Amino acid sequence: MTSRLRVDPIACTGHGLCAELFPEWIGLDDWGYPIIESGPIPEELLVHARRAADACPKLALVVAAERARD
Amino acid sequence: MSLPRLLAGAQERTAFLAAHEATHGRLPARTRDELFEMVDAAGLRGRGGASFPTAVKLRSVAEQRGPRAVLVNGAEGEPMSAKDQVLMRLAPHLILDGALAAAIAVDAQEVVVAVHKGAVETGVAIRRAVQERVAGVKITVRDVPVAYLAGEETALIRFLDGGALLPTAAPPRPFERGLRGQPTLVQNPETFAHLALIARHGPTWFRELGTPAHPGSTLVTVAGAVRQPGVLEMACGTPLERVLAAAGGVTEPVRAVLVGGFHGVWIGADDIRRTTLDDESLALHGGSLAAGVIVALPGTACPMVELAKTVHWLAEQSAHQCGPCRNGLPAIVGVLDAMAVGRADATARERLQRWSGDLLGRGACRLPDGAVRFLNSGMRVFAAEVADHEQQGPCDACRRPMTLAVPRTSEWVAA
Repeated sequence: MTSRLRVDPIACTGHGLCAELFPEWIGLDDWGYPIIESGPIPEELLVHARRAADACPKLALVVAAERARD
Repeated sequence: MSLPRLLAGAQERTAFLAAHEATHGRLPARTRDELFEMVDAAGLRGRGGASFPTAVKLRSVAEQRGPRAVLVNGAEGEPMSAKDQVLMRLAPHLILDGALAAAIAVDAQEVVVAVHKGAVETGVAIRRAVQERVAGVKITVRDVPVAYLAGEETALIRFLDGGALLPTAAPPRPFERGLRGQPTLVQNPETFAHLALIARHGPTWFRELGTPAHPGSTLVTVAGAVRQPGVLEMACGTPLERVLAAAGGVTEPVRAVLVGGFHGVWIGADDIRRTTLDDESLALHGGSLAAGVIVALPGTACPMVELAKTVHWLAEQSAHQCGPCRNGLPAIVGVLDAMAVGRADATARERLQRWSGDLLGRGACRLPDGAVRFLNSGMRVFAAEVADHEQQGPCDACRRPMTLAVPRTSEWVAA
Protein backbone atom coordinates (compact mmCIF):
# COMPACT_ATOMS: atom_id res chain seq x y z
CA MET A 1 0.00 0.00 0.00
CA THR A 2 1.28 3.45 -0.88
CA SER A 3 -0.41 6.75 -0.13
CA ARG A 4 -0.49 9.97 -2.09
CA LEU A 5 -2.04 13.34 -1.47
CA ARG A 6 -4.62 14.35 -4.00
CA VAL A 7 -6.41 17.68 -4.26
CA ASP A 8 -9.74 18.30 -5.96
CA PRO A 9 -8.72 21.46 -7.85
CA ILE A 10 -12.33 22.56 -8.32
CA ALA A 11 -13.17 22.32 -4.63
CA CYS A 12 -9.89 23.93 -3.48
CA THR A 13 -10.19 27.65 -2.80
CA GLY A 14 -6.61 28.22 -1.70
CA HIS A 15 -6.94 28.60 2.07
CA GLY A 16 -3.40 27.27 2.30
CA LEU A 17 -3.71 25.51 5.66
CA CYS A 18 -2.35 22.32 4.09
CA ALA A 19 0.94 23.98 3.17
CA GLU A 20 1.34 25.28 6.71
CA LEU A 21 0.72 21.88 8.22
CA PHE A 22 2.77 19.85 5.76
CA PRO A 23 5.40 22.08 4.17
CA GLU A 24 7.64 19.06 3.44
CA TRP A 25 5.14 17.98 0.81
CA ILE A 26 2.99 20.97 -0.08
CA GLY A 27 4.05 24.35 -1.40
CA LEU A 28 1.92 27.26 -2.58
CA ASP A 29 1.87 28.98 -5.97
CA ASP A 30 1.87 32.76 -6.36
CA TRP A 31 -1.89 32.82 -5.72
CA GLY A 32 -1.87 30.63 -2.66
CA TYR A 33 -3.00 27.38 -4.27
CA PRO A 34 -1.23 24.17 -3.27
CA ILE A 35 1.48 22.50 -5.31
CA ILE A 36 1.71 18.95 -4.05
CA GLU A 37 4.51 16.41 -4.46
CA SER A 38 3.14 13.69 -6.67
CA GLY A 39 5.08 10.73 -5.32
CA PRO A 40 4.14 8.27 -2.56
CA ILE A 41 4.31 9.71 0.93
CA PRO A 42 6.92 8.11 3.20
CA GLU A 43 5.42 6.22 6.15
CA GLU A 44 6.90 8.58 8.74
CA LEU A 45 5.24 11.62 7.14
CA LEU A 46 1.78 10.09 6.78
CA VAL A 47 0.58 11.56 10.06
CA HIS A 48 1.30 15.07 8.69
CA ALA A 49 -0.45 14.27 5.44
CA ARG A 50 -3.56 13.14 7.30
CA ARG A 51 -3.49 16.22 9.50
CA ALA A 52 -3.27 18.49 6.43
CA ALA A 53 -6.16 16.67 4.75
CA ASP A 54 -8.30 16.87 7.89
CA ALA A 55 -7.65 20.60 8.21
CA CYS A 56 -8.86 21.51 4.71
CA PRO A 57 -11.97 23.68 5.15
CA LYS A 58 -13.24 22.62 1.71
CA LEU A 59 -12.56 18.88 2.13
CA ALA A 60 -10.60 19.21 -1.11
CA LEU A 61 -7.54 17.29 0.07
CA VAL A 62 -7.49 13.53 0.49
CA VAL A 63 -4.87 10.95 1.34
CA ALA A 64 -5.49 8.34 -1.32
CA ALA A 65 -4.27 4.86 -0.54
CA GLU A 66 -3.50 2.65 -3.49
CA ARG A 67 -2.18 -0.82 -3.93
CA ALA A 68 1.44 -0.88 -5.00
CA ARG A 69 1.78 -1.57 -8.70
CA ASP A 70 3.84 -4.52 -9.77
CA MET B 1 -4.95 -1.82 -49.21
CA SER B 2 -4.31 1.77 -49.95
CA LEU B 3 -5.97 5.02 -49.03
CA PRO B 4 -8.60 6.18 -48.56
CA ARG B 5 -10.05 3.86 -45.96
CA LEU B 6 -12.40 5.92 -43.83
CA LEU B 7 -13.23 8.18 -46.72
CA ALA B 8 -13.56 5.34 -49.26
CA GLY B 9 -16.24 6.29 -51.77
CA ALA B 10 -17.04 9.21 -49.55
CA GLN B 11 -19.29 11.54 -51.42
CA GLU B 12 -22.60 12.67 -50.15
CA ARG B 13 -24.16 9.36 -51.22
CA THR B 14 -22.13 7.22 -48.80
CA ALA B 15 -24.09 8.87 -46.07
CA PHE B 16 -26.87 6.44 -47.05
CA LEU B 17 -26.94 2.89 -45.76
CA ALA B 18 -27.16 1.11 -49.13
CA ALA B 19 -24.15 2.97 -50.55
CA HIS B 20 -22.27 2.50 -47.28
CA GLU B 21 -22.80 -1.27 -47.41
CA ALA B 22 -21.91 -1.38 -51.10
CA THR B 23 -18.61 0.37 -50.28
CA HIS B 24 -17.60 -1.34 -47.05
CA GLY B 25 -19.72 -4.49 -46.89
CA ARG B 26 -21.83 -5.44 -43.91
CA LEU B 27 -20.38 -5.37 -40.45
CA PRO B 28 -19.68 -8.99 -39.49
CA ALA B 29 -20.92 -10.12 -36.07
CA ARG B 30 -18.01 -10.30 -33.63
CA THR B 31 -18.05 -11.66 -30.12
CA ARG B 32 -16.77 -9.49 -27.32
CA ASP B 33 -13.45 -11.34 -27.08
CA GLU B 34 -12.96 -11.39 -30.84
CA LEU B 35 -13.43 -7.65 -31.09
CA PHE B 36 -11.21 -6.89 -28.09
CA GLU B 37 -8.44 -9.05 -29.51
CA MET B 38 -8.72 -7.53 -32.97
CA VAL B 39 -8.62 -3.95 -31.67
CA ASP B 40 -5.76 -4.83 -29.34
CA ALA B 41 -3.73 -6.50 -32.09
CA ALA B 42 -4.44 -3.61 -34.44
CA GLY B 43 -2.95 -1.21 -31.89
CA LEU B 44 -5.76 1.29 -32.43
CA ARG B 45 -5.39 4.47 -30.39
CA GLY B 46 -8.01 7.16 -29.80
CA ARG B 47 -8.12 9.80 -32.53
CA GLY B 48 -9.65 12.51 -30.36
CA GLY B 49 -6.45 13.87 -28.88
CA ALA B 50 -5.19 11.69 -26.07
CA SER B 51 -4.09 8.69 -28.21
CA PHE B 52 -5.26 6.29 -25.50
CA PRO B 53 -5.27 2.59 -26.49
CA THR B 54 -8.84 1.77 -27.51
CA ALA B 55 -8.62 -1.87 -26.41
CA VAL B 56 -7.75 -0.80 -22.85
CA LYS B 57 -10.78 1.52 -22.76
CA LEU B 58 -13.08 -1.19 -24.13
CA ARG B 59 -11.93 -3.65 -21.47
CA SER B 60 -12.16 -1.06 -18.67
CA VAL B 61 -15.80 -0.36 -19.49
CA ALA B 62 -16.64 -4.04 -19.98
CA GLU B 63 -15.23 -4.86 -16.53
CA GLN B 64 -17.62 -2.48 -14.76
CA ARG B 65 -20.95 -3.56 -13.32
CA GLY B 66 -24.47 -2.46 -14.20
CA PRO B 67 -25.88 -0.83 -17.34
CA ARG B 68 -23.28 0.79 -19.61
CA ALA B 69 -23.33 3.41 -22.35
CA VAL B 70 -21.34 4.36 -25.43
CA LEU B 71 -20.71 8.01 -26.22
CA VAL B 72 -19.53 9.17 -29.64
CA ASN B 73 -17.75 12.41 -28.84
CA GLY B 74 -18.24 14.51 -31.95
CA ALA B 75 -18.17 17.84 -30.12
CA GLU B 76 -14.95 18.76 -31.95
CA GLY B 77 -14.11 21.77 -29.80
CA GLU B 78 -10.73 22.36 -31.46
CA PRO B 79 -11.44 25.47 -33.56
CA MET B 80 -9.32 24.51 -36.58
CA SER B 81 -10.38 20.87 -36.68
CA ALA B 82 -13.08 19.81 -39.12
CA LYS B 83 -12.31 16.10 -39.54
CA ASP B 84 -15.04 14.79 -37.26
CA GLN B 85 -17.68 16.99 -38.85
CA VAL B 86 -16.59 15.84 -42.31
CA LEU B 87 -16.46 12.16 -41.37
CA MET B 88 -19.83 12.27 -39.62
CA ARG B 89 -21.35 13.93 -42.68
CA LEU B 90 -19.79 11.65 -45.31
CA ALA B 91 -19.55 8.33 -43.48
CA PRO B 92 -22.03 8.40 -40.60
CA HIS B 93 -22.78 4.69 -41.01
CA LEU B 94 -19.16 3.72 -40.54
CA ILE B 95 -19.17 5.59 -37.22
CA LEU B 96 -22.46 3.98 -36.20
CA ASP B 97 -21.08 0.53 -37.16
CA GLY B 98 -18.15 1.09 -34.83
CA ALA B 99 -20.28 2.47 -32.02
CA LEU B 100 -22.76 -0.42 -32.28
CA ALA B 101 -20.00 -3.05 -32.44
CA ALA B 102 -18.42 -1.48 -29.35
CA ALA B 103 -21.82 -1.30 -27.61
CA ILE B 104 -22.38 -5.01 -28.17
CA ALA B 105 -18.85 -5.81 -26.99
CA VAL B 106 -19.09 -3.83 -23.74
CA ASP B 107 -22.77 -4.79 -23.30
CA ALA B 108 -24.10 -1.22 -23.48
CA GLN B 109 -27.81 -0.57 -23.93
CA GLU B 110 -27.52 2.90 -25.33
CA VAL B 111 -25.41 4.89 -27.75
CA VAL B 112 -25.34 8.69 -27.61
CA VAL B 113 -23.85 10.66 -30.49
CA ALA B 114 -22.81 14.20 -29.55
CA VAL B 115 -22.61 16.62 -32.48
CA HIS B 116 -21.14 20.11 -32.67
CA LYS B 117 -24.18 22.40 -32.85
CA GLY B 118 -22.65 24.63 -35.54
CA ALA B 119 -22.29 21.70 -37.95
CA VAL B 120 -25.84 21.66 -39.28
CA GLU B 121 -25.30 19.34 -42.26
CA THR B 122 -23.41 16.91 -40.05
CA GLY B 123 -26.32 16.83 -37.62
CA VAL B 124 -28.73 16.15 -40.48
CA ALA B 125 -26.54 13.37 -41.92
CA ILE B 126 -26.04 11.54 -38.66
CA ARG B 127 -29.73 11.77 -37.71
CA ARG B 128 -30.77 10.44 -41.11
CA ALA B 129 -28.27 7.60 -40.73
CA VAL B 130 -29.68 6.69 -37.32
CA GLN B 131 -33.19 6.56 -38.82
CA GLU B 132 -32.00 4.17 -41.52
CA ARG B 133 -30.87 1.71 -38.89
CA VAL B 134 -32.70 -1.01 -37.09
CA ALA B 135 -30.53 -1.53 -34.07
CA GLY B 136 -31.10 -3.45 -30.89
CA VAL B 137 -29.40 -0.62 -29.06
CA LYS B 138 -31.05 2.75 -28.59
CA ILE B 139 -29.17 5.52 -30.47
CA THR B 140 -29.76 9.19 -29.70
CA VAL B 141 -28.16 12.22 -31.32
CA ARG B 142 -27.55 15.31 -29.20
CA ASP B 143 -26.36 18.77 -30.23
CA VAL B 144 -23.69 20.30 -28.04
CA PRO B 145 -22.63 23.95 -27.88
CA VAL B 146 -19.66 25.16 -29.85
CA ALA B 147 -17.05 25.55 -27.14
CA TYR B 148 -13.45 24.52 -26.61
CA LEU B 149 -14.36 22.54 -23.52
CA ALA B 150 -17.33 20.83 -25.21
CA GLY B 151 -15.05 17.99 -26.27
CA GLU B 152 -13.62 17.54 -22.77
CA GLU B 153 -15.30 14.29 -21.86
CA THR B 154 -16.31 15.04 -18.28
CA ALA B 155 -17.75 18.43 -19.34
CA LEU B 156 -19.62 16.80 -22.22
CA ILE B 157 -21.12 14.12 -19.98
CA ARG B 158 -22.15 16.67 -17.38
CA PHE B 159 -23.84 18.74 -20.10
CA LEU B 160 -25.63 15.74 -21.64
CA ASP B 161 -26.91 14.85 -18.18
CA GLY B 162 -28.55 18.27 -17.92
CA GLY B 163 -25.76 20.13 -16.15
CA ALA B 164 -23.34 22.88 -17.07
CA LEU B 165 -20.74 22.39 -19.80
CA LEU B 166 -17.94 22.29 -17.24
CA PRO B 167 -15.34 19.63 -16.45
CA THR B 168 -15.72 17.62 -13.27
CA ALA B 169 -12.96 16.50 -10.96
CA ALA B 170 -11.68 13.03 -11.82
CA PRO B 171 -11.70 10.30 -10.56
CA PRO B 172 -14.23 8.88 -11.17
CA ARG B 173 -13.43 8.78 -14.88
CA PRO B 174 -16.23 8.25 -17.43
CA PHE B 175 -15.38 4.54 -17.79
CA GLU B 176 -16.35 4.22 -14.11
CA ARG B 177 -19.18 6.75 -13.91
CA GLY B 178 -20.35 8.50 -17.07
CA LEU B 179 -23.73 9.18 -18.66
CA ARG B 180 -26.37 9.08 -15.91
CA GLY B 181 -23.84 7.36 -13.71
CA GLN B 182 -23.31 4.47 -16.11
CA PRO B 183 -19.83 3.27 -17.01
CA THR B 184 -19.38 4.94 -20.39
CA LEU B 185 -17.11 4.23 -23.34
CA VAL B 186 -16.20 7.64 -24.78
CA GLN B 187 -14.46 7.72 -28.15
CA ASN B 188 -13.94 10.14 -30.95
CA PRO B 189 -16.06 9.47 -34.11
CA GLU B 190 -12.96 8.66 -36.15
CA THR B 191 -11.90 6.03 -33.60
CA PHE B 192 -15.26 4.26 -33.96
CA ALA B 193 -14.92 4.36 -37.75
CA HIS B 194 -11.49 2.70 -37.56
CA LEU B 195 -12.93 0.14 -35.16
CA ALA B 196 -15.67 -0.65 -37.70
CA LEU B 197 -13.04 -1.31 -40.38
CA ILE B 198 -10.88 -3.41 -38.04
CA ALA B 199 -13.96 -5.52 -37.21
CA ARG B 200 -14.36 -6.12 -40.96
CA HIS B 201 -10.81 -6.56 -42.19
CA GLY B 202 -8.79 -7.45 -39.09
CA PRO B 203 -5.64 -6.15 -37.42
CA THR B 204 -3.15 -7.27 -40.08
CA TRP B 205 -4.99 -5.23 -42.68
CA PHE B 206 -5.10 -2.24 -40.33
CA ARG B 207 -1.33 -2.40 -39.85
CA GLU B 208 -0.64 -2.38 -43.58
CA LEU B 209 -0.59 1.39 -43.21
CA GLY B 210 1.16 3.44 -40.56
CA THR B 211 4.14 2.65 -38.33
CA PRO B 212 4.47 -0.26 -35.88
CA ALA B 213 3.99 2.12 -32.94
CA HIS B 214 1.29 4.22 -34.59
CA PRO B 215 -0.55 1.98 -37.02
CA GLY B 216 -3.32 2.77 -39.47
CA SER B 217 -4.46 5.87 -41.25
CA THR B 218 -5.61 9.13 -39.72
CA LEU B 219 -7.70 12.11 -40.67
CA VAL B 220 -6.00 15.48 -40.61
CA THR B 221 -7.31 19.00 -41.07
CA VAL B 222 -4.68 20.99 -42.96
CA ALA B 223 -4.77 24.80 -42.89
CA GLY B 224 -2.57 27.87 -43.19
CA ALA B 225 -0.23 28.50 -46.12
CA VAL B 226 -1.35 25.59 -48.32
CA ARG B 227 -3.19 25.74 -51.65
CA GLN B 228 -5.99 23.33 -50.77
CA PRO B 229 -6.76 23.47 -47.06
CA GLY B 230 -9.18 20.83 -45.83
CA VAL B 231 -9.61 17.35 -44.41
CA LEU B 232 -7.39 14.56 -45.73
CA GLU B 233 -6.82 10.93 -44.82
CA MET B 234 -3.14 10.06 -44.53
CA ALA B 235 -1.17 7.03 -43.40
CA CYS B 236 0.31 7.55 -39.93
CA GLY B 237 4.05 8.04 -40.31
CA THR B 238 3.74 10.09 -43.52
CA PRO B 239 6.43 12.79 -43.72
CA LEU B 240 5.02 16.19 -42.79
CA GLU B 241 6.24 17.57 -46.11
CA ARG B 242 4.11 15.04 -47.94
CA VAL B 243 1.07 16.02 -45.91
CA LEU B 244 1.56 19.63 -47.01
CA ALA B 245 2.03 18.46 -50.60
CA ALA B 246 -1.22 16.48 -50.38
CA ALA B 247 -2.93 19.72 -49.40
CA GLY B 248 -1.85 21.26 -52.70
CA GLY B 249 1.59 22.34 -51.55
CA VAL B 250 2.64 25.47 -49.72
CA THR B 251 1.77 28.90 -51.09
CA GLU B 252 4.92 30.55 -49.73
CA PRO B 253 7.96 29.62 -47.62
CA VAL B 254 6.88 28.16 -44.29
CA ARG B 255 8.38 29.27 -40.97
CA ALA B 256 6.94 26.40 -38.90
CA VAL B 257 4.13 23.88 -38.82
CA LEU B 258 1.74 23.55 -35.90
CA VAL B 259 0.74 19.93 -35.32
CA GLY B 260 -2.14 19.04 -33.01
CA GLY B 261 -4.07 22.30 -32.86
CA PHE B 262 -4.14 24.84 -30.05
CA HIS B 263 -2.84 22.24 -27.62
CA GLY B 264 -0.22 21.10 -30.09
CA VAL B 265 3.45 21.77 -30.80
CA TRP B 266 5.37 23.78 -33.37
CA ILE B 267 7.80 22.11 -35.74
CA GLY B 268 10.38 24.64 -36.91
CA ALA B 269 11.34 24.96 -40.58
CA ASP B 270 14.56 22.94 -40.11
CA ASP B 271 12.72 20.03 -38.51
CA ILE B 272 9.78 19.75 -40.91
CA ARG B 273 11.78 17.51 -43.25
CA ARG B 274 12.65 15.12 -40.42
CA THR B 275 9.20 14.93 -38.86
CA THR B 276 6.53 12.40 -39.63
CA LEU B 277 2.85 12.20 -38.86
CA ASP B 278 2.93 9.87 -35.85
CA ASP B 279 3.21 10.09 -32.09
CA GLU B 280 6.77 8.74 -31.94
CA SER B 281 8.17 11.38 -34.24
CA LEU B 282 6.09 14.17 -32.70
CA ALA B 283 7.08 13.12 -29.17
CA LEU B 284 10.59 14.35 -30.01
CA HIS B 285 9.01 17.82 -30.04
CA GLY B 286 6.94 17.24 -26.92
CA GLY B 287 3.74 16.65 -28.86
CA SER B 288 1.50 14.08 -30.47
CA LEU B 289 -0.79 13.89 -33.44
CA ALA B 290 -3.61 14.91 -31.08
CA ALA B 291 -6.75 15.70 -33.09
CA GLY B 292 -4.78 16.00 -36.34
CA VAL B 293 -4.79 19.74 -36.99
CA ILE B 294 -1.83 20.74 -39.19
CA VAL B 295 -1.22 24.45 -39.78
CA ALA B 296 1.53 25.80 -42.04
CA LEU B 297 2.67 29.14 -40.65
CA PRO B 298 4.04 31.31 -43.45
CA GLY B 299 7.29 33.22 -43.03
CA THR B 300 5.34 36.45 -43.45
CA ALA B 301 3.31 35.88 -40.25
CA CYS B 302 4.33 37.17 -36.83
CA PRO B 303 4.85 34.17 -34.54
CA MET B 304 4.79 36.39 -31.42
CA VAL B 305 1.27 37.54 -32.21
CA GLU B 306 0.13 34.02 -33.09
CA LEU B 307 1.41 32.79 -29.73
CA ALA B 308 0.09 35.63 -27.59
CA LYS B 309 -3.37 35.78 -29.16
CA THR B 310 -3.87 32.03 -29.12
CA VAL B 311 -2.83 31.67 -25.48
CA HIS B 312 -5.09 34.63 -24.69
CA TRP B 313 -7.99 32.82 -26.32
CA LEU B 314 -7.19 29.58 -24.51
CA ALA B 315 -7.18 31.48 -21.21
CA GLU B 316 -10.66 32.75 -22.05
CA GLN B 317 -11.85 29.19 -22.68
CA SER B 318 -10.96 28.20 -19.13
CA ALA B 319 -13.96 27.09 -17.11
CA HIS B 320 -12.54 29.23 -14.28
CA GLN B 321 -13.16 26.41 -11.86
CA CYS B 322 -9.61 25.65 -10.73
CA GLY B 323 -7.41 28.25 -9.05
CA PRO B 324 -4.18 27.43 -10.91
CA CYS B 325 -5.81 27.83 -14.35
CA ARG B 326 -8.02 30.80 -13.38
CA ASN B 327 -5.02 32.73 -12.03
CA GLY B 328 -2.10 31.31 -13.95
CA LEU B 329 -3.29 31.59 -17.54
CA PRO B 330 -4.32 35.28 -17.40
CA ALA B 331 -1.01 36.07 -15.68
CA ILE B 332 0.88 34.32 -18.48
CA VAL B 333 -1.17 36.22 -21.07
CA GLY B 334 -0.22 39.49 -19.37
CA VAL B 335 3.48 38.69 -19.73
CA LEU B 336 3.10 37.62 -23.36
CA ASP B 337 1.19 40.77 -24.26
CA ALA B 338 3.92 42.89 -22.63
CA MET B 339 6.65 40.96 -24.48
CA ALA B 340 4.89 41.43 -27.81
CA VAL B 341 5.03 45.20 -27.49
CA GLY B 342 8.52 45.37 -25.95
CA ARG B 343 7.35 46.36 -22.49
CA ALA B 344 8.20 43.26 -20.48
CA ASP B 345 10.56 43.84 -17.56
CA ALA B 346 13.71 41.88 -16.76
CA THR B 347 11.89 39.35 -14.57
CA ALA B 348 9.19 38.55 -17.15
CA ARG B 349 10.82 35.46 -18.57
CA GLU B 350 11.48 33.98 -15.16
CA ARG B 351 7.83 34.50 -14.20
CA LEU B 352 6.63 33.03 -17.46
CA GLN B 353 8.71 29.90 -16.90
CA ARG B 354 7.68 29.51 -13.28
CA TRP B 355 3.97 30.04 -13.94
CA SER B 356 3.99 27.70 -16.91
CA GLY B 357 5.74 24.98 -14.94
CA ASP B 358 3.44 25.47 -11.96
CA LEU B 359 0.32 24.96 -14.08
CA LEU B 360 1.10 21.44 -15.26
CA GLY B 361 -1.19 18.73 -13.97
CA ARG B 362 -3.03 21.03 -11.60
CA GLY B 363 -6.39 21.46 -13.30
CA ALA B 364 -9.42 19.19 -13.29
CA CYS B 365 -9.01 19.02 -17.08
CA ARG B 366 -6.00 19.32 -19.38
CA LEU B 367 -6.73 22.79 -20.76
CA PRO B 368 -3.88 24.46 -18.83
CA ASP B 369 -1.45 21.66 -19.73
CA GLY B 370 -2.30 22.01 -23.40
CA ALA B 371 -1.91 25.78 -23.31
CA VAL B 372 1.51 25.43 -21.68
CA ARG B 373 2.60 22.80 -24.22
CA PHE B 374 1.62 25.10 -27.10
CA LEU B 375 3.34 28.08 -25.50
CA ASN B 376 6.59 26.35 -24.49
CA SER B 377 7.01 24.85 -27.91
CA GLY B 378 6.39 28.24 -29.53
CA MET B 379 8.87 29.97 -27.23
CA ARG B 380 11.51 27.41 -28.27
CA VAL B 381 10.85 27.44 -32.00
CA PHE B 382 10.34 31.21 -32.22
CA ALA B 383 13.02 32.20 -29.70
CA ALA B 384 14.57 34.70 -32.14
CA GLU B 385 11.28 36.43 -32.97
CA VAL B 386 10.24 36.56 -29.31
CA ALA B 387 13.59 38.13 -28.36
CA ASP B 388 13.17 40.71 -31.16
CA HIS B 389 9.79 41.74 -29.82
CA GLU B 390 11.06 41.92 -26.25
CA GLN B 391 13.85 44.26 -27.32
CA GLN B 392 12.30 46.24 -30.15
CA GLY B 393 8.55 46.02 -29.75
CA PRO B 394 6.06 45.24 -32.53
CA CYS B 395 7.34 44.11 -35.94
CA ASP B 396 5.93 44.92 -39.38
CA ALA B 397 4.07 41.62 -39.51
CA CYS B 398 2.31 42.16 -36.17
CA ARG B 399 -0.70 43.74 -37.83
CA ARG B 400 -1.21 41.12 -40.51
CA PRO B 401 -4.25 38.87 -40.23
CA MET B 402 -3.45 35.83 -38.11
CA THR B 403 -2.81 32.40 -39.59
CA LEU B 404 -4.22 30.53 -36.61
CA ALA B 405 -7.99 30.86 -36.79
CA VAL B 406 -8.59 32.02 -33.24
CA PRO B 407 -12.37 32.49 -33.00
CA ARG B 408 -13.76 35.73 -31.80
CA THR B 409 -14.89 35.02 -28.28
CA SER B 410 -18.32 36.46 -28.91
CA GLU B 411 -18.98 33.71 -31.47
CA TRP B 412 -18.43 31.06 -28.87
CA VAL B 413 -20.55 30.02 -25.98
CA ALA B 414 -18.83 30.96 -22.77
CA ALA B 415 -18.20 27.92 -20.63
